[in-house]
Amino acid sequence: MERPLTQHITFPPLDLRAYEAVGGYQSVRKALKDMAPGDITALLKESNMKGRGGAGFSTGMKWSFVPMNVSGPKYLVANADEMEPGTFKDRWLLEGNPHQLIEGMIVSAYAIQATESFVFLRWAYKVAAVEIHKAIKEAYAAGYLGKNILGTDFSLDMHLHTGVGRYMCGEETALLNSLEGKRATPRAKPPFPQVSGLFGKPTIVNNVETLCYIPHIINNGAAWFQSLSHTNDGGTKIYGVSGRVKKPGAWELPMGVTMRELIEEHAGGMQDGYKFRGVLPGGASTDFLVEEHMDIKMDFAGVAAAGSRLGTGTMVVLDDRTCPVGFVHNLEHFFAQESCGFCTPCREGLPWTEKLLLAIEQGEGREEDLAMLASHAKMMGPGNTFCALAPGAMEPLQSALKYFRDDFEQHIREKRCPYHA
Amino acid sequence: MLTTSEKEQIEKEIRQVPVKKAACIEALKIVQDHRRWVSDEGIQDVADILEMSTEEVDSIATFYNLIFRQPVGRHIILLCDSISCYVMGYKELHQQIVQLLGIQYGQTTLDGRFTLLPNPCLGTCDHAPALMVDHDLYRDLRKEELENILAKYT
Amino acid sequence: MATIYIDNKPFDVKNSKNLLEACLQLGLDLPYFCWHPAMGSVGACRQCAIKTYKDEDDKKGRIVMSCMEPVKENVRISVNDIESTEFRNQIIGLLMTNHPHDCAVCDEGGACHLQDMTVMTGHSYRDYRFTKRTHRNQDLGPFLNHEMNRCIQCYRCVRFYKDYAGGKDLNVFAANNKVFFGRQKDGKLESEFSGNLAEVCPTGVFTDKTLLSHYTRKWDMTYAPSICQGCSIGCNISAGERYGSIRQITNRYNGEVNGYFLCDRGRYGYEFVNSSQRIQHPALRPHHNGTPDKDHIINHVANKLRSGKAIGIGSPRASLESNFALRQLVGEKHFYLGMSDIDHDHTALALKILRDGPVRTPSLHEMEKADMVLILGEDVTNTAPMMALAVRQAVRQEPMHDAMNEVHIAAWQDAAVREAVQEKKGPFFILNTFPTPLDELATQIQRGAPDNLARLAFAISHQLDASIPAVTGLSDAETTLVATIVEALLAAEHPLIISGFGSGYDSFMKAAANISWALHKQGKQPMLSLTVPECNSLGLEMLGGHRLDSALDVLRHGDADTIVILENDLYRRADKHVIDELFSHAKEVILIDHLYNQTAERATVILPAGTFAEADGTIVNNEGRAQRYFQVFVPKGEIQESWRWCLQIAQAAGIHRLNGLMSLDDITWAMCTAIPSLELVQQLAPHAEFRMAGQKIPREPHRYSGRTAMTANENVSEPKPPDDIDTPLSFTMEGFRGEAPAPLIPFFWSPGWNSVQAINKFQTEIGGALHGGDPGKRLLEPRKDAVIHFFTEAPEPYMPIPGHVHLMPIYQIFGSEELSMYTRGIAKSAAEFFCIYMNPEDLHEWNIEPGAWFNFEIDGHSYVMNATPNNWLPRGIAAINAGLPKAEIVDLPQCIRFIHSSTV
Ligand SMILES: Cc1cc2nc3c(=O)[nH]c(=O)nc-3n(C[C@H](O)[C@H](O)[C@H](O)COP(=O)(O)O)c2cc1C
Ligand code: SF4
Ligand code: FES
Repeated sequence: MERPLTQHITFPPLDLRAYEAVGGYQSVRKALKDMAPGDITALLKESNMKGRGGAGFSTGMKWSFVPMNVSGPKYLVANADEMEPGTFKDRWLLEGNPHQLIEGMIVSAYAIQATESFVFLRWAYKVAAVEIHKAIKEAYAAGYLGKNILGTDFSLDMHLHTGVGRYMCGEETALLNSLEGKRATPRAKPPFPQVSGLFGKPTIVNNVETLCYIPHIINNGAAWFQSLSHTNDGGTKIYGVSGRVKKPGAWELPMGVTMRELIEEHAGGMQDGYKFRGVLPGGASTDFLVEEHMDIKMDFAGVAAAGSRLGTGTMVVLDDRTCPVGFVHNLEHFFAQESCGFCTPCREGLPWTEKLLLAIEQGEGREEDLAMLASHAKMMGPGNTFCALAPGAMEPLQSALKYFRDDFEQHIREKRCPYHA
Repeated sequence: MLTTSEKEQIEKEIRQVPVKKAACIEALKIVQDHRRWVSDEGIQDVADILEMSTEEVDSIATFYNLIFRQPVGRHIILLCDSISCYVMGYKELHQQIVQLLGIQYGQTTLDGRFTLLPNPCLGTCDHAPALMVDHDLYRDLRKEELENILAKYT
Repeated sequence: MATIYIDNKPFDVKNSKNLLEACLQLGLDLPYFCWHPAMGSVGACRQCAIKTYKDEDDKKGRIVMSCMEPVKENVRISVNDIESTEFRNQIIGLLMTNHPHDCAVCDEGGACHLQDMTVMTGHSYRDYRFTKRTHRNQDLGPFLNHEMNRCIQCYRCVRFYKDYAGGKDLNVFAANNKVFFGRQKDGKLESEFSGNLAEVCPTGVFTDKTLLSHYTRKWDMTYAPSICQGCSIGCNISAGERYGSIRQITNRYNGEVNGYFLCDRGRYGYEFVNSSQRIQHPALRPHHNGTPDKDHIINHVANKLRSGKAIGIGSPRASLESNFALRQLVGEKHFYLGMSDIDHDHTALALKILRDGPVRTPSLHEMEKADMVLILGEDVTNTAPMMALAVRQAVRQEPMHDAMNEVHIAAWQDAAVREAVQEKKGPFFILNTFPTPLDELATQIQRGAPDNLARLAFAISHQLDASIPAVTGLSDAETTLVATIVEALLAAEHPLIISGFGSGYDSFMKAAANISWALHKQGKQPMLSLTVPECNSLGLEMLGGHRLDSALDVLRHGDADTIVILENDLYRRADKHVIDELFSHAKEVILIDHLYNQTAERATVILPAGTFAEADGTIVNNEGRAQRYFQVFVPKGEIQESWRWCLQIAQAAGIHRLNGLMSLDDITWAMCTAIPSLELVQQLAPHAEFRMAGQKIPREPHRYSGRTAMTANENVSEPKPPDDIDTPLSFTMEGFRGEAPAPLIPFFWSPGWNSVQAINKFQTEIGGALHGGDPGKRLLEPRKDAVIHFFTEAPEPYMPIPGHVHLMPIYQIFGSEELSMYTRGIAKSAAEFFCIYMNPEDLHEWNIEPGAWFNFEIDGHSYVMNATPNNWLPRGIAAINAGLPKAEIVDLPQCIRFIHSSTV
């Protein structure tokens, strides 16, 4: 089975020479010398590459919105903020093979004719920071970055920016504000960043995993990309599992493996003494799936059909000895803390939600609280809030109310958490 | 007053951005690196060099949770309190730390050695529970290990 | 125009608007918080949710924020649909979770947008049962209270203060539901426009601190439409009174003039009306035995006028009507302008330029649309504050248009526009000796001696029109600057040239005229705006009269022995020794004014005059716009309009020039007949007999309370409300309840809209003119057939005179204006009056220690002031703060002679 993204991951990672020796930076040569920027975007569209940052939007399509004949700078940003609880896939790529990301960024920048690029890295990824810094330096020295790359008239600078906290920084428009040195509050769309992004200039923000894939698509083509996958969504995907499973971890697998395969084979099934109750399939801001969904295909359409989202593809398992109310309370605590404070529903609604859940968990819930939680979930739904943070926060809540309703009711009835002895 | 080295570093950042203000977060990080936290004076220093008002700088500084606007200890413990660590029992770690150091979240030990802060997901969920002390990440932690780990930091 | 469907009914609305604006304009009650008509949309509060539908068959629809959606042809929306109604209700519920529910003790109560919206959405039951988060409040200085717990985080305060008005010291701190709006530390808010926060904030976080010291609910005040007397801009205000004192000034929307905002001088400078220094009763001096009887005093004055040789001295801070009445009382030949000669020269020049020239002088609203700005020798923030706010908006315009086209966004998409524009600013140049608050926006600033700067300005005009003589001897840098400015002027469609009285040098105004005229000749559409010193300087100048120094001559020669002074402290009009001498020649000094001032001390007869709050009248702003203000309340004592004093004296003296005139309409009619250029003044507002449905327009809200009890301590029977014979307004709550004609609106209120946001209901379109047109009439329109006579004499290059210093005035928003200084907070913010600023090298050369007392001489009179070094002053030029109380030097600029420095 091919594992293009992770095949060359080592700790410490390959240096530039070693990376080149395994075929690294070939796509830069090919793209800059043999392909027009538009060809690359077209190839991406053809491959049906969908962004790995959570929303699953077509990468080629996204790039095609960048106006090509405008004056002034354009920007490319790698979103390496990875703060979604339960998500740890980009860390692997960043620490294990930074040159792959840089290579992908150069080609992507070329495709949109960006002249400057940034890696927006979260603060906690200390090892990644060191490795990326080193790799960027090597790439400059080897002429892959800087003026007139490989003798062409394409030039690109690359900077590493490490954040100072705040989950909001992962939201692409808030990320841009943060890169501009401002508060990381999101921006209204339209205008989209592709048109007015960093410093008001056309900008593309892509997830690390998305960008790491670009070299391979350039090198091997769209058909190859499609062939890697079990489904219409092409390629492989990094999946991860955490929680009370025997072998938590992350694996690169064909897009569309089943949930069962992931949990039972790769993650080794539940730890002894724990039973499976449910799972957040793609990070903290996705709806719970339960036993009955075990055989769904883990691709964008498959998870959506089951009522959730593929999200980041990294799952968190809920076991039978963890209280679902406490579990969801923990999530909502996170989201309430991380709300930027800009829009009303999110800023005021999440703390309220959190307090309701805590009250229930502590045996102080009231019967009407469940209806209130449900109405919050609806009120903070997509489109009602300014950005996708609060709607994301509502996904685990609304599905928990559906799948674990008995638990909530038991808490309220017995005025205590049954999971605490 | 900014030290020469702070100033040099900030000026380097200013050169990278189209407008001075855009170096604000970098400048705050630099000041924090040198002084461990950003005091009102630190805010003023950054404001002066970037030609911003103190309000403008503080608005940004107070937004981000890893810019410290209060004194912190020599070492910072960031305990992951997010979902995978929750499932894997970070609360036990928390209790243990409270017991060992006698401080709650947001507090600093009397000897100024440690500050304990809760932190959202550290991105190492497959090795939960986890925490960071300064730049060092500790994973798959058992509460018994904590005492030895903390002993490394003086 | 586009057709949109609201709940299946078609409406035609303007394309450039968003759906919230469209709905409000159509009279629908749609709640909102973060949107503001002057500041656009950001989509933060989520209160204005509506449904949009794809087409007729779409029954489900989708919730959107109406403030963030453009009007588009055939858009289908619903305001009343259940889901969006429920959502709006929830949003208010959320906003109220942490709100203290303290309306009963909140200053905003009764005029609160949050209250209105809460009622409008039907939110009446509190579901939240947890503890509220609390904040600590800050001391923000003398003008504003801060009560952060009432905050609903709409971000309007920072958007106004920072983004719109350019303030630096207010911001939002922290994140999530801990966000805090305030300063970094306690302290006075620095912006000259801070008071607008009280109106911009939809709840009780920022409230008017001066109101608090004599608090009255909005519904318990008596209001009148009024005009600010703080500077020559003439912002429209609503003044509220109770128990005989003015309690609060709020903005009165005028689309052409001040729009939604006021400056802090205007908002807070009202306390002189309530001052203990007010003259309440007529008096004869030295002390008259027995109670002063009004008729007796009137007869006394009439006798003096009949027997003596009287002159009248008018006032730029009195109404046209009062000045005219005095002029008629003493006779046109004996009427003197109560301005300093230099103010008169400047105002006369401004009037001549505007009247004879071909270039239009813009309203503030038009200024905001300028695509290039050039300021010559004027610090508008301090001489005409609201003009600075307009310039700030203008400088945003040019880059905004590009950005909007490039990114396809509308102007109301505020955050997106700001992002696209970044730090880009339109071309903006300032030539001024001193730094000004607008400098931070300027493309380029030039400093130097006024003469040299004016030479540059003449050089610019020469480049635009060769018939204006060239200016020689410019440095390379100056030549380049001239070329840059010329290029920017020519590149612009609507360049705005601003100058005025502030520097004391008239060559700036001449050069400004030259530049605008030359551009006009080239087919451009320039705008020329000139500041004048006071609220009615231009009106007084249009009325006409003699110079003040000629009054001294007349008295010296014994051609006059009696002076009637109208609303004027002459010690502010010329240096002390000049006025002392003037009075020494007069047998009788009759003063009609409101406050005991230095002039009152010299008066032999004092007649109490109504301030703007106790009088009706008309003033003319720097744009030539005549505006009417109306009496707010009937004052205690024998205070009455100055013009009424004049009429009564004329009656007693049998002066035929004022025969038979009784009321405001009479005097206005007489004035307009006598002076045809003022003709339009008669059309400013409906006449006294005007009625709506047979009724007068009430000055009091229909909820006005306590009328029967207010004066029960004096008399248990309710007094008869006073009549108003001069206007169609009544002094009570009874009368017509519908919408009054724009010039007569005492306060903005509409059912369900108790806050200032009710303005939406009175406009032809959101942010546009009031129904029936904005009040005020322009008396000066450019002459299409004007023959241009350029000013040809540029000043000589500046040369310091050995042993002498040129003394220039520095005007300050807080301090330079006479009446506003009676407000404590303003007086506290004013500069020290004994400072003389000088170039440090001058100080050094003259051996004066910084901070030492500096003795100098003007016209043989010596003065002592505190020498304060100032780096931006050129050698040989000094400056003092103009207009401060008790300043003895007022005739500025002038030349002073160094005596010596003494140590104190
Ligand atoms: C609150 C929030 C946090 C997000 N955090 C991340 C993140 O940490 N990393 C990431 O790649 N995308 C994150 N996203 C998604 C980004 O906004 C954006 O869609 C993504 O970076 C696009 O990359 P892609 O097109 O390659 O998927 C977040 C979105 C939201 C609403
Ligand atoms: S203080 Fe007032 S204006 Fe500012 S955010 Fe709060 S409610 Fe809005
Ligand atoms: S911060 Fe985005 S929805 Fe609230």
